[in-house]
Amino acid sequence: MQSIECPWCGPRDEIEFRYGGQAGIAYPRDPGALSDEEWAGYVFMRDNPRGWFHERWFHVHGCRTWFSIRRHTVTHETGPVPDTGREPESDRTGRGPLARGTGEAR
Amino acid sequence: MRRETGGRIDRSRTLRFSFDGEELTGHPGDTLASALLGCGVRIVGRSVDLGRPRGIFTAGAEEPNALLRVGDEPMVAATTVELRDGIEAWSLQGRGRLDPAAPPGEARHDKAHLHCDVLVAGAGPAGLAAALAAGEAGARVVLLDDQPEPGGDLLGGRLLLDGAPAPEWVSSVAVRLAALPEVRVLPRTTAVGYHDHNYVVAVEERDANRGRESGGRRLWHLRARRVVLATGAHERPVAFPGNDRPGVMLASAARTYANRYGVLPGRRAVVFTCTDSGHEAARDLAAAGVEIVEIVDPRRDGAVITGTLADAEGILTGVAIGDRTVGCDLLAVSGGWNPAVHLFSQSQGRLRFDDALQAFVPDRSAQAERSAGACRGVYGTAAAIADGFAAGSWAAGSRAAGQAFHVPECDEPEPRPPAALWAVPGAEAFVDLQRDVTVADVERATGAGMRSVEHVKRYTTAGTGADQGKTSGATAVGVVAGLLGAAPGQVGTTTFRPPYTPVAFGVLAGRERGALSDPVRVTAMHGLHLARGAVFENVGQWKRPRYFPLGGESMEEAVERERRAARTGVGAMDASTLGKIEVRGRDAGEFLDRVYTNMFSTLPVGSCRYGVMCGADGMVLDDGVTTRLARDRYLATTTTGNAAAVFDRLEEWRQTEWPHLDVSLTSVTDHWAVVAVVGPRARPVARALVPGVDFDDFPFMTYRESGPARIFRISFSGELAYEINVPRWYGAALWEAALELGAVPYGTETMHVLRAEKGFAIVGQETDGTVTPQDLGMSWIVSTRKPDFIGKRSHARPDTARPDRRRLVGLVPDDPAETLTEGAQLVAAPGGGRMIGHVTSAYPGVALAMAAGVAIGDRLVAFDGRRIPVTVVSPVFHDPENARRDGDPQDPSPRSGAPAGRPGTGSDALREIPEPGDAADPVPEWARGDRAASPLAEFTGRFAAASSPAVTIRELPFLPMREIMGGEAGEGLRLGPDWWLAVGEPPAGGGPGDRPAGADTGTAGTDVSAQRAVVELSGPGVRDVLMTGCPIDLHPEVFTTGSHTQTLLARAPVVLHRTGPDAYRVLVRACLAGYLAEWLLDALEGL
Repeated sequence: MQSIECPWCGPRDEIEFRYGGQAGIAYPRDPGALSDEEWAGYVFMRDNPRGWFHERWFHVHGCRTWFSIRRHTVTHETGPVPDTGREPESDRTGRGPLARGTGEAR
Repeated sequence: MRRETGGRIDRSRTLRFSFDGEELTGHPGDTLASALLGCGVRIVGRSVDLGRPRGIFTAGAEEPNALLRVGDEPMVAATTVELRDGIEAWSLQGRGRLDPAAPPGEARHDKAHLHCDVLVAGAGPAGLAAALAAGEAGARVVLLDDQPEPGGDLLGGRLLLDGAPAPEWVSSVAVRLAALPEVRVLPRTTAVGYHDHNYVVAVEERDANRGRESGGRRLWHLRARRVVLATGAHERPVAFPGNDRPGVMLASAARTYANRYGVLPGRRAVVFTCTDSGHEAARDLAAAGVEIVEIVDPRRDGAVITGTLADAEGILTGVAIGDRTVGCDLLAVSGGWNPAVHLFSQSQGRLRFDDALQAFVPDRSAQAERSAGACRGVYGTAAAIADGFAAGSWAAGSRAAGQAFHVPECDEPEPRPPAALWAVPGAEAFVDLQRDVTVADVERATGAGMRSVEHVKRYTTAGTGADQGKTSGATAVGVVAGLLGAAPGQVGTTTFRPPYTPVAFGVLAGRERGALSDPVRVTAMHGLHLARGAVFENVGQWKRPRYFPLGGESMEEAVERERRAARTGVGAMDASTLGKIEVRGRDAGEFLDRVYTNMFSTLPVGSCRYGVMCGADGMVLDDGVTTRLARDRYLATTTTGNAAAVFDRLEEWRQTEWPHLDVSLTSVTDHWAVVAVVGPRARPVARALVPGVDFDDFPFMTYRESGPARIFRISFSGELAYEINVPRWYGAALWEAALELGAVPYGTETMHVLRAEKGFAIVGQETDGTVTPQDLGMSWIVSTRKPDFIGKRSHARPDTARPDRRRLVGLVPDDPAETLTEGAQLVAAPGGGRMIGHVTSAYPGVALAMAAGVAIGDRLVAFDGRRIPVTVVSPVFHDPENARRDGDPQDPSPRSGAPAGRPGTGSDALREIPEPGDAADPVPEWARGDRAASPLAEFTGRFAAASSPAVTIRELPFLPMREIMGGEAGEGLRLGPDWWLAVGEPPAGGGPGDRPAGADTGTAGTDVSAQRAVVELSGPGVRDVLMTGCPIDLHPEVFTTGSHTQTLLARAPVVLHRTGPDAYRVLVRACLAGYLAEWLLDALEGL
């Protein structure tokens, strides 16, 4: 039972959360302009590293906040996603005020 | 062979027990094993494969031989069973057996959650010192140990600490620990699993700790900031020929039986030891009156035991030392010590082999953990105490160091390294006693080419017994290393997995059995459905009536009667379970436009529209009707099973992709009870139920409000239908009123038939994550005008756009009495051929299917084991012109006094429904305050009866509640960054008060007063109740008075609000309230 640090509620047991997959996969600004391959990349392709991973969690049984953390997929060490200081590429990059600490866009 | 004196047993009391039917006695303080030895029992069972007699081998959890059936437990180690009066124990013939016919055990097990700064596993010298260091530094400490009293190895020895017997030092530490309010000592508690993020699971003999004999245990879920492992070490045997005879025993065990239990495991002993501790054992045995015939120590002269002698029963009578034989009835063996690294390894820590100690010891920690004392190879008592104190200080962190700590002087000599001896050549030299694996078996494995100890384990089964190789694991490694000419460190160990000791399934289940095995959701009408004899089906956690049989009807008969009522008269269905989400804000329409495939921003206020939502992959996720309540407020409905998933998903897009949209989402699923009144004669029933609405001006796909009710003119059957929504507390009264007016109750089975006849797909039935709206023949619902919506781009992908995809079709079997099978495969030719589709829904004479490349009129064969000829037809079987949605066109519903059936029967005998009452008095009978029922009204008496000075429990009914979205609401309980719950005072008079459905329009927030039930728990025992089902840290200084949070209780989502030092409110979704109430009552019973 991992302990996941919710930015609003603090550390809680994993069962209070829903896993949200890789962080920083922004919805494309103009899906119609993408090739089939590019669009398939957005819909289907995700990283699956052995090591540190930026991923999203949803505190479904708590404050219902979506947020991102860094987690090591082998050791399960976790930590906040460092703020890259970069501005989001668009208003659809999943870096809204509530999705704090979202990882870098791919 | 009980000694006259000595030991930590109470000879003044005698406990009776039986073994294999023989009446025996022991004393408090005994284990079952020590009592058996005390009664002279030498053989406790036969080995699993070879049937060889075996005796008690150890004095602890590592026991490989003495596995007995004890009471209703099929297989437990006698060395771990505390003797109780009346125990019935039986030896096992081969393996333990479960008796499926046996009644469930009487013991009442439960679970509890506990958080601490420092968890110390093991209360031996190192663990006691660690707990003291951390506790006196101010940390919250949990100290657990599997024995009834602390002391660990000190209980089995005769050491002096500062010149006094070691137990005196143990007592002095226990006294200091007891004075620390933040230190909790859990005796008779075994840590069995060490999981991620310092999550440790432990099993407590809770009833024994409470002085009860009922055998109830508690599964502790412990979360610690830091963990100190002080789990000690296990002595290991040597694999020599004949080493499995009853009478062969670990030296430390023989010593423990003599010292701690006052039992002599033999009269004439040979000691075979590779360690100094074997010599200590010899000294203690001699002091207890055992004749030590010889001590064989390979470190002195290389001498080893080369064989054993036995009597006719197989019991040890002597040993062979080379050419010599020596008579004895006890052979005490010490091959060395294995640090108990099980928990450390489970935590993913790395081991290394220590050549000096000849043992695997912890190397690198993977978590915030430290091993202390013997479990990391620090064997000397004084050294272990000092090590424990250091570990405890570390675990307490930067807190000020505790009181000055004195490490006691110990009379123990400095231990010398053990001999590196794993096996002595010869036949019948057992590596794993429980699995009957010998050195020769291991040789066969390496001879077959195996090099990995994991392979050897699987090939030989060494280490796979109930003891998980506690005595055999290291020996197996040593033997493999010797055979391969490698060092044990190169061979490595097998993986240590939880649980450390076997855990009964009943303990893992705890109280989650029977009615509490899973949360159950019910509607406000559930009690009425039960009383009516409904047959239920599970939809997610919901209980939904499937059909309402009358007088012994079969399902088919009941469904046909219910269907006829809805098609020709009037039926009623409990539709409360549909998900309901209020979508609110300036951009609510824009938000819905992006989520659904069709348009909602253009929907007029007061109108309803059906919508489909897709995933980014373009596949159908869910569907439902959305109504525009006001310019900036919509009510979206979801399918029952997808309600939570859809709500979560909308929140995901709102927060992560469209945070700039002014929109908020509130679940109101439980606030509203819903009765669908369906059929050509629905109108007079609906009008009688909601007299304040003008039914002459109420077009299809619109909605009206009247009093507390909202009525939606929508239809999932093709017939005239009204879905009447009322606050949940009126649901039961409304349902009864509808049936009283002649509506025939119908369930989900009839609902499915009605919609299938109209060709309406059900998400999850016709769809399976690979189906687009176009595949369902619903291109009309996919907007081509909108620039984008979720899934739009995917609809243009080549595979999604190809013309030969499977489409929704209808099927009619040649034999109209036939019912196809859902999942049956479709092929074009009777003889077989390629599968072109499958049946998705099947009812008598009617079926829907997804099939590729077929046209109306095609002849297919449905395979379900049978071959059933079918014809492809339009999926719309019933009323393709939609002529019936305003009622039966042949029999236009009269404006008033419409005849309806006899109440609840579907009989065609008609009765008059009176004109609605005077317009000045539009409050229908069901909406009177005294008809309102709070979710836990039926529990009032049981709550009162279960209340005690420790805990009182009651419902706080009808509290007005509003959910307010936005960062600055500043009112009530803040549930999330922009989510508030305002809870008001109960209305005067005890009822729900007068709150019309439209009352909250324009005010702050959404009325959710009926969404949640409120349970108040107060008293000093409340925390003990909550901790059995709530995973958060409830420590009074962490969850302080006034705190509130959302979390889980008994696996149900709740808002937990601490309103006073000993007072808590639990706010739970109304549908789960009954389940939670049962759970709480059950918890109170177990206090």
